Amino acid sequence: MRTANLLKRAVVRMVAATLAVMLALAAPAHALVEIDINKGTVEPLPVAIADFVSADGIGADIAGVVAADLKRSGLFAPIDKAAFIDRDPGPDSQPNFENWRIINAQALVVGRISAEGGRLKAEYRLWDTFAGEQMDGQQFFTDKKNWRRIAHIIADAIYERLTRAEGCFGTRSGFASGAGPKQKRVKRLTIMDQDGANLRTLTKGGDLVLTPRFSPSRQEITYMSFDGGEPRVYLLQLETGQRELVGNFPGMTFSPRFSPDGQKVIMSLQQDGNANIYTMDLRTRQTTRLTASAAIDTSPSYSPDGSQIVFESDRGGRQQLYVMGAGGGEARRISFGEGSYSTPVWSPRGDLIAFTKQSGGQFSIGVMRTDGSGERILTTGFHNEGPTWAPNGRVLMFFRDRQGGGGPKLYSIDLTGHNEQAIPTPSFASDPAWSPTLQ
Amino acid sequence: MRRFHALSRSAPMMALVAVLAISGCASKKALPNNPGDLGLSGAGANGAAPGTRQDFTVNVGDRIFFDTDSSVIRADAQDTLRRQAQWLNQYGSYAITIEGHADERGTREYNLALGARRAAATRDFLVAQGVSRGRIRTISFGKEKPVAVCDDISCWSQNRRAVTVLGGAGS
Repeated sequence: MRTANLLKRAVVRMVAATLAVMLALAAPAHALVEIDINKGTVEPLPVAIADFVSADGIGADIAGVVAADLKRSGLFAPIDKAAFIDRDPGPDSQPNFENWRIINAQALVVGRISAEGGRLKAEYRLWDTFAGEQMDGQQFFTDKKNWRRIAHIIADAIYERLTRAEGCFGTRSGFASGAGPKQKRVKRLTIMDQDGANLRTLTKGGDLVLTPRFSPSRQEITYMSFDGGEPRVYLLQLETGQRELVGNFPGMTFSPRFSPDGQKVIMSLQQDGNANIYTMDLRTRQTTRLTASAAIDTSPSYSPDGSQIVFESDRGGRQQLYVMGAGGGEARRISFGEGSYSTPVWSPRGDLIAFTKQSGGQFSIGVMRTDGSGERILTTGFHNEGPTWAPNGRVLMFFRDRQGGGGPKLYSIDLTGHNEQAIPTPSFASDPAWSPTLQ
Repeated sequence: MRRFHALSRSAPMMALVAVLAISGCASKKALPNNPGDLGLSGAGANGAAPGTRQDFTVNVGDRIFFDTDSSVIRADAQDTLRRQAQWLNQYGSYAITIEGHADERGTREYNLALGARRAAATRDFLVAQGVSRGRIRTISFGKEKPVAVCDDISCWSQNRRAVTVLGGAGS
């Protein structure tokens, strides 16, 4: 355990020199509570999240969603409200810090929800109880029906202020839900908020659907469906439910993913015994062939700057990971460990590639640097497959089939290999996709 | 040998072991490609009228099996496909769909391609035996449609398959 180094009270760095001098004259350098999320194990930070002041129960509901978000991240330990000495702290006055320090609350969250002009106004403040200082204070307006969204935005703000990493509580998950016995499993495209709320089923179950992936720029998903008998890649508009075929290819298309600018879909086209990688420009409809091997080339994923593509191929005999330029051409193999490697996904931060690895009859989720060095396995077992990155590049979601377990379920794990969490879904779930941050 | 031993744990496979032991004509490694050999057919060899789908499934054998991560047509599968080709050439009005499948010990996308590769290899073998390529459509279901459900090799080996489906009587 590295609890001794739990709290890093970093000195605020002054960026602009002139400003720095002025501030330095005005006040001593601050030392505020902060979590170092790059450490292996982190003892969760005890935080007090008070019910937001409100005329009805919505203030407590919002505080509940904020607390659940922060707890799920594994970095925070919300303190039981029964332990609070001050029962109803509001956002208007400075807290009695001593009463929060006694219960070991390192940080305190307070707020108020009120109606203003037919909309919901949410105010929140984050206090460092030991430094006795406000760390953040913001207000938001929204429709009342979007109250959960406001709670996620507040949780993101707290997470960002205390970890200096982007929060992802306001994102969604897309996946293939599965129902019925394994021989006749019905799969439906499903999306839900990161905390499981607002679950929506997007397809009816008549067609087998696989591998949903979110657009980085629009409310769209690309996925594969067996509807109409021929397995093909489709686009689905989330708002309208409108569906369209991607391209008119002479064979099965599968394994789709968007380019980082959202303008292209990259996918595999199967022709006889081999699969090659193609893109289709969604505006011009132009298709481009990127690989021409007699092998299975699939699972393409762009680097976040759009300049490179990682994919899997069995051109060397077994599934291995290769990197090529975005225009195709020569590919260089990057995976050299024992076993086979598949389903590569480039990190949104650009520094790592996540993958599925099969070795010794086990399926693992791991990461390596983009040149193939520094391989690290995060979880191993009977069957783990299909990693997807959180937009902040710090957490991975994947699906796991336990031996004898009957079907797959979703899990998340931190890049550190710690804080593995089961993600509750009403039925079996596989092929997860982590949405980009909602605009 | 070890593999054979593992197979004998499940009841249907025990039946298979018995059949193989009596017939003595199949190699130990090979799995049966003919459901009739498995004793799975209630009708028996004479129960299906010649030229019917049931005749094809029961007396010819509608599926072949593959080794792990392979699309090579095994020797036992070649026997089945030769019987299939003979039958299909005799009853030329049937449209044919070959479904390629993979077991669940692979990743989703690769298995879709592997199933397609198995279906294509099966088609090519039938075409070489004189079946018209124009009659044959192929489709891959990857690991999405297992027929045997358990988490060990006795099931996986049955799921690595190509199934010849008679797609309705054409012109």
